[in-house]
Amino acid sequence: MSAAAQTAAGGLIGRSVARADAERFVAGRGRYLDDLVLADMQHVVFYRSPFARARLRAINVDAAAAMPGVSAVVTGADLATVCAGWTTRFAMWPAHVSAPQNPLAIDEVFWQGEAVAAVVAATRAQAEDALELIEIDWEEGEPVVDPRVALEPGCPPCHPAIEHNLALERKIGKGDVAAAFAGAAQVVRRRFSFGRQTGVPLEPRGILASFDRRTGELDIQQSHQAPFQMQEIYASLLGLPLERVRVASPDVGGAFGIKLHAYADEIAVVAIAMLLGRPVKFQVDRLESFVSDVHARDASVEAQLAVDAEGHLLGLDVDLLFCFGAVSAYPRSSIGEALQALDLCGSAYRIDAFRGRVRGAFVNKVPTGAYRAVGQPIACAVIEQLIDDAAAAIGMDPVTMRRRNHLPARPAEAPMLPAAGGIPLGPLSLDACMDQLLENMDYRQLRATQDALRQRGVYRGIGLCTFVELTGVGAGLYGPNQVRVAGKEGVRLSLLPSGHIQCRTSATDQGQGTRTGLTQIVAQAMGSPLETVAVAAGDTSRDPLGGGAWASRGISLAGEAALLAAAQLRANILSIAAALGEQSQDGLDIVDGMIIGRDGEALMSLAELALKAHYDSTAIKLDVIPELTVERSYAPTGKPYFAANGVQAAQVEVDIETGMIRVLDVWVVEDCGRIVNPLLTDEQIRGGVVQGIGAALFEQCIYSENGQMSNASLADYLIPMASEMPQIHVGHVTTPERETSLGAKGVGEAGTVGAIGAIWCAVNDALRPLGQGVWQQPFTPAHVLDVLHHPEMRQGEARLPPF
Amino acid sequence: MDDLSVRCVEHANIQFTLNGKDVNCLVPVRRNLVDFLRQDMGLTAAHVGCEVGVCGACNVRVDGAVVRGCLMLAVQVDGLSVETLEGLAESGEIAALQRAFVTRNAMQCGFCTPGMLMTANELLQARACPSRLEIRDAISGNYCRCTGYQAIVDAIEMAAGEDA
Repeated sequence: MSAAAQTAAGGLIGRSVARADAERFVAGRGRYLDDLVLADMQHVVFYRSPFARARLRAINVDAAAAMPGVSAVVTGADLATVCAGWTTRFAMWPAHVSAPQNPLAIDEVFWQGEAVAAVVAATRAQAEDALELIEIDWEEGEPVVDPRVALEPGCPPCHPAIEHNLALERKIGKGDVAAAFAGAAQVVRRRFSFGRQTGVPLEPRGILASFDRRTGELDIQQSHQAPFQMQEIYASLLGLPLERVRVASPDVGGAFGIKLHAYADEIAVVAIAMLLGRPVKFQVDRLESFVSDVHARDASVEAQLAVDAEGHLLGLDVDLLFCFGAVSAYPRSSIGEALQALDLCGSAYRIDAFRGRVRGAFVNKVPTGAYRAVGQPIACAVIEQLIDDAAAAIGMDPVTMRRRNHLPARPAEAPMLPAAGGIPLGPLSLDACMDQLLENMDYRQLRATQDALRQRGVYRGIGLCTFVELTGVGAGLYGPNQVRVAGKEGVRLSLLPSGHIQCRTSATDQGQGTRTGLTQIVAQAMGSPLETVAVAAGDTSRDPLGGGAWASRGISLAGEAALLAAAQLRANILSIAAALGEQSQDGLDIVDGMIIGRDGEALMSLAELALKAHYDSTAIKLDVIPELTVERSYAPTGKPYFAANGVQAAQVEVDIETGMIRVLDVWVVEDCGRIVNPLLTDEQIRGGVVQGIGAALFEQCIYSENGQMSNASLADYLIPMASEMPQIHVGHVTTPERETSLGAKGVGEAGTVGAIGAIWCAVNDALRPLGQGVWQQPFTPAHVLDVLHHPEMRQGEARLPPF
Repeated sequence: MDDLSVRCVEHANIQFTLNGKDVNCLVPVRRNLVDFLRQDMGLTAAHVGCEVGVCGACNVRVDGAVVRGCLMLAVQVDGLSVETLEGLAESGEIAALQRAFVTRNAMQCGFCTPGMLMTANELLQARACPSRLEIRDAISGNYCRCTGYQAIVDAIEMAAGEDA
């Protein structure tokens, strides 16, 4: 066997292969939604509500419709003739009652930025000119803006279609919490405020829809993560059979969960395409993205932790209040973040007594939804900060306290243990991750430096964050809730007449490198050279049905489907090869694109076999020639998800004169099971960490008291820049997932899950000698100075009801 | 009043060099440079990310200086030389940077990449071997939401070493 053959057969999974897409991107040949042009294409722009709550007394679009280039001006009433409304429902959560939604507002608006009318014109500039001539007679209403006020008895609902603003209430508990707290050596309490964020993919959302009246086919290009979900939605809302609706995604310029939802404005564009019978494009601009993309996080938390004198965690008590928007995001709802924040709080530790409550309030703001790491950063930050406080209270090193309470890495035979919040977990490697992390960061030396610098008035802090994250989510999340989102991922492999392998998959790629990882898996499993495997995705008319990109599932699920498909295709190929060679299939192999006989001799190339099978099949002496296209899908059945885990650490320096926080270094040791491509895996972690740093230090959707987002531009909503970001040191522990033969878990969200908690702990570690701590994220310089110098701005006592 | 009104000029003729070739065309006077390049010239490497000059996704080179395509009007390039990433890629000027970006995976979604390469190339022309801190400072006018920047810094450092 040649060296090249050995590489192809044995070494592709686990190698840092560069991405094929990257060659296009560095040449400026990316092909994003706004780069697409169709003949006769029109452009859509939206008139958006300037008020958080108001009635439309009258709307006059005549002057706008008469403007040059304008082909139509449409209102909510116009679109109601072609497009049904919709209501977000989660069958397992009947108490989650959202108001219904329409493509464009009808009669009343419920958040600033809600689309009210659309102008369609030959150019975007013409459409924007006409937009200014739409006349609306508004009757401004009284918005509900504050989630606490929203839940007070007697507060009017933020939407007339709901009875009250309580969107969610969940209580969970286990063990004797009262006894745990009564018998504790120390009880620590804290309040936390997590700011409202949004994902800011650098390419905003966009859609290009065309409807062919001759064939009744709707063809949609959309910058999206989940084409099959959108196919279902467009078909059902517009009354078309599924097979006449195609949704495809070109290159997607970042997504992070933001492009996982069905937005009213995008549904409006599709309805307009059907109404007009010509192609229409809508490219969201940055300003409107801030008031139309889903928002996320926005929670206030009160929590307390009971520990004994030896540092064992005895009891945890958490109460979270989330601020949603005016309606629940469609179709996945807005409750996932709140549920994960509660259910995963303390999930990395043994805690016998737990009381938890989470509530969510509807208010007149942009709806909230999935954004990278969904709730998990909140769950981690709360428990990690409490552990640091408890460790300080009993005079123990925070590392020691974490080690003392980490869930164990249990043997293969043991059942999965439920963690604190009731989430069952797979095999973990928390202590192993911690060991490697401490070594990588030289923890002892850092602590010694920290002490020395404190003597000189330099406030450095070290923060740790242990995390367990839910990845590879299968069909158990959306299926029982009657939400049409596939939990499986599909892969279809075809041996082409050229001998190349074509792979179509439902797993979409917005830059993560999923396509590259799948290329490696398929090439290795097939015995094909890397360059002869072509993976493509993101088209409902070509791909096997599956979920797309969400919940860190791409490689862990689609990778397994690829292995399953490759095993069958390989067997089919070898059976054809055996027939052609009039010999037994036993001992035949495919290596580096060649069929190899049992003595290692080259029998024929895959291309030669494919030519025979496709074009000259009479030469194959078989009654039935095995298929050269094989499709397989995979969703985990033995458990609802794959639990990945890890530990992060951050070192920060706080300038107590200016309030500025500088993140000096971040370390991550993560266990995502088997790693297919170390280069791309590490970059997923780094990118995730930086989004966590953004949340911790900079990012916030700031709202006025009357529900206006006051920093809705990229100049005012701060995201991390290169000069502010630290080096991020990534290490791995590998515990292969046992549910699959591939053994991979998800990794796309890990960086974000743990970074916020690590930085929270680090900042307060720096401030601990001053007896103060930050409690409102983002930790702006103003907030740091407030807690240092203004007693009224410090966190009040956490108020939790008696047990 | 009719006699006092100023006739509204909607289009203007401009002559300029685009990636080394002479162009003579009529442009709407209010069209900004990046929209003009993308919509009228069919050059889609420069992207529109923020429209307020913050993110750098629309960076192009005008008379040798990297500028924001969203903060300049197309009519302003009359008589000047404009270069887009397509031009730099074709001429081979940024070959070392391109190799390093691919090797180091200094991009994920790729949307910021053309603007980032523009800035990186300008940096390396000014300083052959910049420090990592200098690299971070230089690219701080280019937002990347995917990578966390470290890979980009690595790639620019790698390309600088190759050129040296």
